[in-house]
Amino acid sequence: MNKILLILQREYLTRVKKKSFIVMTLLGPILMAAVAMAPILIAKYSNDVTNTILVVDEHPNIFVTKLPGSESVVFVNTTTTLDSAKKNFDPEKYYGILYVPSDIMKNPGGIMLFTEKQANITVTSYIENVFEKQIEEDKLKSEGIDKKTLESIKTRVDLKTLTLKGEENSAALATAVGFIAGILIYMFIILYGVQVMRGVIEEKTNRIVEVIISSVKPFQLMMGKIIGIALVGLTQFLLWVILTLTLTTVTSSLLVDKKMEAKVVAQQMKTSGVDQASLQELGAAQEVKADAMSKFFDQLGSINFGLIITCFFIYFLGGYLLYSSLFAAVGAAVDNETETQQFMLPVTIPLILAFIVAQTVVQNPDSQLAFWFSMIPLTSPVVMMVRIAFGVPAWELALSIGLLILGFIFTTWLAGKIYRTGILLYGKKVTYKELAKWLFYKN
Amino acid sequence: MSNIIEVKGVSKAYDKHVALDNVSLSIPQGAVFGLLGPNGAGKTSLIRIINQITAPDSGVVLFNNSQLNPDHTASIGYLPEERGLYKKMEVGEQALYLAQLKGMSRAEAMKRLKFWFEKFEITSWWKKKIEELSKGMQQKVQFIVTVVHEPTLLILDEPFTGFDPINANLIKDELLEMKAKGVTIALSTHRMESVEELCTHIALINKSKKLLEGPVGEIRRSFRSNMYEFEYEGNNIGLANSLWGDFELISNEPNGDYMKASVRMKGEANTNALLQGLINNLTIHSFREVLPNMNDIFIQTVTEKQEPISHE
Repeated sequence: MNKILLILQREYLTRVKKKSFIVMTLLGPILMAAVAMAPILIAKYSNDVTNTILVVDEHPNIFVTKLPGSESVVFVNTTTTLDSAKKNFDPEKYYGILYVPSDIMKNPGGIMLFTEKQANITVTSYIENVFEKQIEEDKLKSEGIDKKTLESIKTRVDLKTLTLKGEENSAALATAVGFIAGILIYMFIILYGVQVMRGVIEEKTNRIVEVIISSVKPFQLMMGKIIGIALVGLTQFLLWVILTLTLTTVTSSLLVDKKMEAKVVAQQMKTSGVDQASLQELGAAQEVKADAMSKFFDQLGSINFGLIITCFFIYFLGGYLLYSSLFAAVGAAVDNETETQQFMLPVTIPLILAFIVAQTVVQNPDSQLAFWFSMIPLTSPVVMMVRIAFGVPAWELALSIGLLILGFIFTTWLAGKIYRTGILLYGKKVTYKELAKWLFYKN
Repeated sequence: MSNIIEVKGVSKAYDKHVALDNVSLSIPQGAVFGLLGPNGAGKTSLIRIINQITAPDSGVVLFNNSQLNPDHTASIGYLPEERGLYKKMEVGEQALYLAQLKGMSRAEAMKRLKFWFEKFEITSWWKKKIEELSKGMQQKVQFIVTVVHEPTLLILDEPFTGFDPINANLIKDELLEMKAKGVTIALSTHRMESVEELCTHIALINKSKKLLEGPVGEIRRSFRSNMYEFEYEGNNIGLANSLWGDFELISNEPNGDYMKASVRMKGEANTNALLQGLINNLTIHSFREVLPNMNDIFIQTVTEKQEPISHE
């Protein structure tokens, strides 16, 4: 036991001290933070161009004065004719000329935008949007319908989903959480399983393995390596979580100041046609927003994170132990990494299958398919993680974990047999038939 | 003399290939034991069994009269034929690690390593990575990690292959020093010259069977072929006159100032009779019995496929 500890320590320390580990541990969160920050950055920097539009309005009431401008589009009215406006067009000053026909109420299609270059979609969609709204409103007025009446008629339905116990939940959220957990497990198993394999090959090609197994049993060496690398994985994961959280909070508090937030809210309200002047409505909107937030957190709370995190570690460790011992056996059976191909395939196929199945399980977490694949130890770490977010009966979870434990005991036993023969064999192309024979060699 | 290792009826087969077939031998305490045999004879298989790297299919191995168990690894130092170290690990860290795996405490290992590093004048390598060292330098480190835990039994698989001549000599000296301290040394080799210099006992293995075992002197005497070699002054007629039917002239050629001849004795004749004949006709300058060297014994035994003979 003491010797496993020594091996584990070496495996852990040499990897954690490596430059590549440090670089990956630092870069990972930066990349993740970049992904998280991207929408905010894009929002901040993409709308900084103001397009001034010259409007030739032939409508008797000068239609355009009613229209609001925006961050990116500003209307400037002119009294000249369309032809002279076109002739005297100053591309430095104006983005384009908007022509509003006198019969716009009857013929909304008569509205035209002249630009020097191809008109960009932000401008065109904004113009279409405001004109539609204004024309609609005017038409309502002429028909004698009050805007408020219409607002009260408009209905929006939000389906609230609850469990029988009365907890609110959200299918979309469960899908996201489940899927992310599944993908993470899949990634970690492959990433660190391959590290185990590389470690075994390294010891074999360096020819140090025989020196070591004259001091310890091959099984101890294998387990020390597997557990050591598992700890490296957990360390990296933990550091990623901590660093990503700090980085995201710090950068978001730097980027998103209060002013920006207010602007964003104001713009949202503008585009959704809320009357800015009405303070009441503004208050209401904020209330709605706050309501949505608290609802989101309620739903977040409905997902049992304690259970998910516990299961994540159980399935990560179980799945990792199951696969990494197989990876170790593959490493022991070959002389160098290029030879691993033929044995890697049968090891990775169930993992890839689990990943594919996970995508359908997300849509139907209680199907027969989902059930069976979350029981088979080779696929359960990924598939069960996806299902857990949707809620899984306790007996299924217990059975799945039990099978996983049996599974990894079996694969470690199997891998140990291949490993102890393989590591002492050099310069021989190994076949599957031979691997099978190794299982029956005595010690 | 008690035996540090006793191998009793050990057999080992891989698939259809038999590596060891009912092999028994004993390594006496304090001996330098040479395990001889051609490539593929089963030497490495036997060494791996003694090191508990593999287990025999049948038979037992005793270490100081108790059945081999994992506790014994701390008393054994092993230099495998295929040797190497972690390339990306620092020399000192690596030596410490391997010494600790042999059951030493970190502090104790540190102390012993310091001693060896100073002895080999390589203290400046402590922080270097193995891959930064030359092959010869790596071999020194490899030898240190083999002996640092002060084993009572040192097992070396083909110790002189792969080492450059300077290191091979250095190691030979170290081995002799350790032998003087009472460490038992077992080495396997297919190079017979090194056997005569170092070994006190040998065992000969061929095609998975033990053919021969015993102290080097005894074995050589048992292979004596009644050959005698002498240097003389005189002519061929004189030589011919001094030999009669019981003596057969094998060779006769000039050797420096004198002539050198070798003669095989047949039947009941003895050396005194031969000498008496020679003295009458020639001036004798030297006379000695020719014992076969290990190489001859090796070749003779392997080619004759003799039944196992034991000399104990």
